[in-house]
Amino acid sequence: MNRRLIVNYIGLILNIEAVLMAPALLIALFKHERASAFAFAVTMFVLLLFGIVFIKLKTWSKRIYAREGFVIVALSWVFLSAFGCLPFYLSGEIPSIVDSFFETVSGFTTTGATILTDVEILPMSILYWRSFTHWLGGMGVLVFMLAVIPMSEGSSMRIMRAESPGPVVGKLVPKLRHTARILYVIYIVMTLAEIILLLCGGMPFFDSLVHAFGTAGTGGFSIKNASIGAYDSVYLQNVVAVFMLLFGVNFNFYYLILCKNFKSAFKSSEFRMYVGIVAFSIVTIAINILSYYDTMREALHYSLFQVASIITTTGYATANFDLWPQYSRCLLFLLMIVGACAGSTGGGIKVTRVLMIFKVIRNYTQKLLHPRSVKLMKIDGKVISEGTLHEVFVFLLSYAVIAVASIMVISLENFDFDTTASSVIACMGNIGPGLSKVGPIGNFSEFSNLSKLVFCADMLFGRLEVFPMLLLFSPSLWRRGR
Amino acid sequence: MKIVIVGDGKVGYSLARQLSKEEHDIVMIDSNSEVLDELLETLDVMTVIGNGATLEVQREANVAVSDLLIAATSSDETNLLCCILAKKLGCRHTISRVRNSAYTQQLQFLRDELGLSLTINPELTAAREIFRLTQYPSFLKRDVFAKGRVELVEIRLSSESKLVGKRLDGLFDSRLKALVCAVERGDTVTIPKGGFIFEENDTIIVAAKNSDLAKLIKQLDIAKNKIKNVMIVGGSRVAVYCTDLLLKAGVGVKIIEQDAQKCVELAEKLPDAIIIHGDGTRQDLLIEEGIRHTDAVISLTNIDEENLIISLFADYLNVSKTITKINRLEYRQLFNDKGIDSIICPKELTTNDIVRYVRAMNNTTGSSVVTLHRIFDGKAEALEFIVQPTTLHREIPLSKLSLRKDILIACINRNGTIIIPNGNDFLMEGDTAIVVTTSDRTIDNLNDIFTDGENR
Repeated sequence: MNRRLIVNYIGLILNIEAVLMAPALLIALFKHERASAFAFAVTMFVLLLFGIVFIKLKTWSKRIYAREGFVIVALSWVFLSAFGCLPFYLSGEIPSIVDSFFETVSGFTTTGATILTDVEILPMSILYWRSFTHWLGGMGVLVFMLAVIPMSEGSSMRIMRAESPGPVVGKLVPKLRHTARILYVIYIVMTLAEIILLLCGGMPFFDSLVHAFGTAGTGGFSIKNASIGAYDSVYLQNVVAVFMLLFGVNFNFYYLILCKNFKSAFKSSEFRMYVGIVAFSIVTIAINILSYYDTMREALHYSLFQVASIITTTGYATANFDLWPQYSRCLLFLLMIVGACAGSTGGGIKVTRVLMIFKVIRNYTQKLLHPRSVKLMKIDGKVISEGTLHEVFVFLLSYAVIAVASIMVISLENFDFDTTASSVIACMGNIGPGLSKVGPIGNFSEFSNLSKLVFCADMLFGRLEVFPMLLLFSPSLWRRGR
Repeated sequence: MKIVIVGDGKVGYSLARQLSKEEHDIVMIDSNSEVLDELLETLDVMTVIGNGATLEVQREANVAVSDLLIAATSSDETNLLCCILAKKLGCRHTISRVRNSAYTQQLQFLRDELGLSLTINPELTAAREIFRLTQYPSFLKRDVFAKGRVELVEIRLSSESKLVGKRLDGLFDSRLKALVCAVERGDTVTIPKGGFIFEENDTIIVAAKNSDLAKLIKQLDIAKNKIKNVMIVGGSRVAVYCTDLLLKAGVGVKIIEQDAQKCVELAEKLPDAIIIHGDGTRQDLLIEEGIRHTDAVISLTNIDEENLIISLFADYLNVSKTITKINRLEYRQLFNDKGIDSIICPKELTTNDIVRYVRAMNNTTGSSVVTLHRIFDGKAEALEFIVQPTTLHREIPLSKLSLRKDILIACINRNGTIIIPNGNDFLMEGDTAIVVTTSDRTIDNLNDIFTDGENR
């Protein structure tokens, strides 16, 4: 393993983080928030210092092999969070370092789980940075790096593969750099569109900015204790709901739309399944919760928002769905596991993988009926290779194993089963709120430090889709010459 | 530019690597998903799985809006079909590999009628290269410029060479117009200055007029016997083309081929050559067939290792010229100074041809590249440009120009008069200039060589 190269890349990432922290510092200076201005300035200095030292390290080869790609991505995320939490801690807004780290990991992984009981008292610059981590983590910091910094070798595809969600990561155009740029342009344009629509609905500028960040990255940090529910406007809530759903769609879809290739965009079976699941959930939950609300329209409105928020793994709330009937709670819990589309900013195990599971089951029953039949699995006319399928199975299994292990550790807290299980799933799926104690009006402040660190690991496992993080725990990775 | 390559084989891969390095957008089409996966891991290109000769696949690869399609699959017919479809879809240029000798007669017709921009035949190119090397056995490699009037020749300095220990300036007497353009020592390539001192095992590139080559050989005292008979091991396609050329030039050829059926075919195609049926890697066979007394041994089997062994053996027996065909050039530095003389790599030659074409295509405005040769495995390049009205610093003596680092003007061709320049010469509109550079940066405009012309 080329350790120096990995250190180089981490240095690059730290420098990028320092630059991206600048707006937060400006806000702090502008609003005369002394403590946080100091915290941001110190953090930026430390980031630049480490970054430059790391970059200066000489390497014998610039080539990224598979393992370097994975390790660069995994370590970058750990380092980003470790340094990104300094402003919270140094400004004294979050007194515990573990809590600060939890909040930052939750931000970058677009989980949106918080340990804060009252967010409204935080200074503006800190709130800005907290939400900006969502926006950055949504599309990925390394993808951002690929878009802005020219890479000498073509093998940086491995970095993109390791960071972008989904079983098959492809390019939109031949050059990786251009692909990354197209993704970010789509991302920025959609974020701007949401900001403008929120402003039109009368939301203050800073609130629109922060909530657009939270929606775009499918994160879920709000600057109100009552989340989006604090804005008593059907229009605003619907705008956020629709944009959550839009950011949960595979970005290939938007590229195809841009190329005016509407036919293949709307024919995508993942997109169709996503729309199907969303529509089914909205309608059945609305019927299920009808008795709680006055009209069907109101029930549909609340159902739409909560379903959009949960399936895209955002985690905003306008109603306390924890109090809803069992069917609604269970369905929402299921949606937490499913998550958004591959290639979107959302988390979960992704709709494509669910689609593959169904197809595998169907193929296998066919095989039982006709033992000699040969069947290939196809999605959108493309054959899914045995290797990809195998990877999907291993992914699902390791996802389950990690979830079960985490649940066992969290169970030491002695909370009820709903809380224990849903908190782990909410972290691994990068959703944020779960059920019971960690429900939409609850938070993660009651957990012990050990549990919080387990949650941090879960969030990273979920965001990077298990394997890059898993590699860090492999002893043979760290031994020389292996 | 948007370039689609069909066929991820030896030539396809080597093209994708070179062209993507030159910042072109490459889409590779192949029906084997495994090779494509491997390609994705190493190069920054996009891939499409499928048969490149079908409309569906070509549409997926966006051939209609591409500038160039290169068909390099193993089948000539597929390649031609690819090109026809691409042309009809609206692709601007198409290049096809056509290597069946039966089609070579009708190439001109095919090019005109099918609208092909270029057809390439790696084996024929290789054969021509081999033939040219046999004409001047003293040189490891010959690159031709200015329609054959100027050559850049590669020479390795052995321990008894006259040059070893000498300074560059004052090397040649004034009657001989020649210029040392580049030197490879170990892994590094430099463009030498006046005070440069030559060492043993250096490989040098010398620019000289074609008519002065004999003088150059004489002055450097590196003359070798004229080649009158040649032994070729391996009856591949290259061997057939090569034998044809050699026989026409009056050189006797003996081919050793292992496969009996192939021997019959060879005997049919080449009645004037001696065809031997036998294993060319067997020492006693080689000796029996008189390897000691041949002037040159050319190893053209399909296995690199065998070719190397045969050439090493020939060198051991003091055969004055060996030419070795090698497909994988990566290990070249290992045997550079171990008795392996000239090396021929068909895929490399083909890649050079196509890269040259692409660069010329790319250059619609400035002074375009007429010829491009990559020397020392691409560690340096020699390019021929036309001096145009847009070229900076015309008619100013070269000694007064500030050229960028590691750039040398090796030769100026003024209406057929060849000038090997010194400080008092200058560039004029209508000249062609040959520029040698260590290729860290692609130069596709003559103005790129000046320190102040970089952003034009």
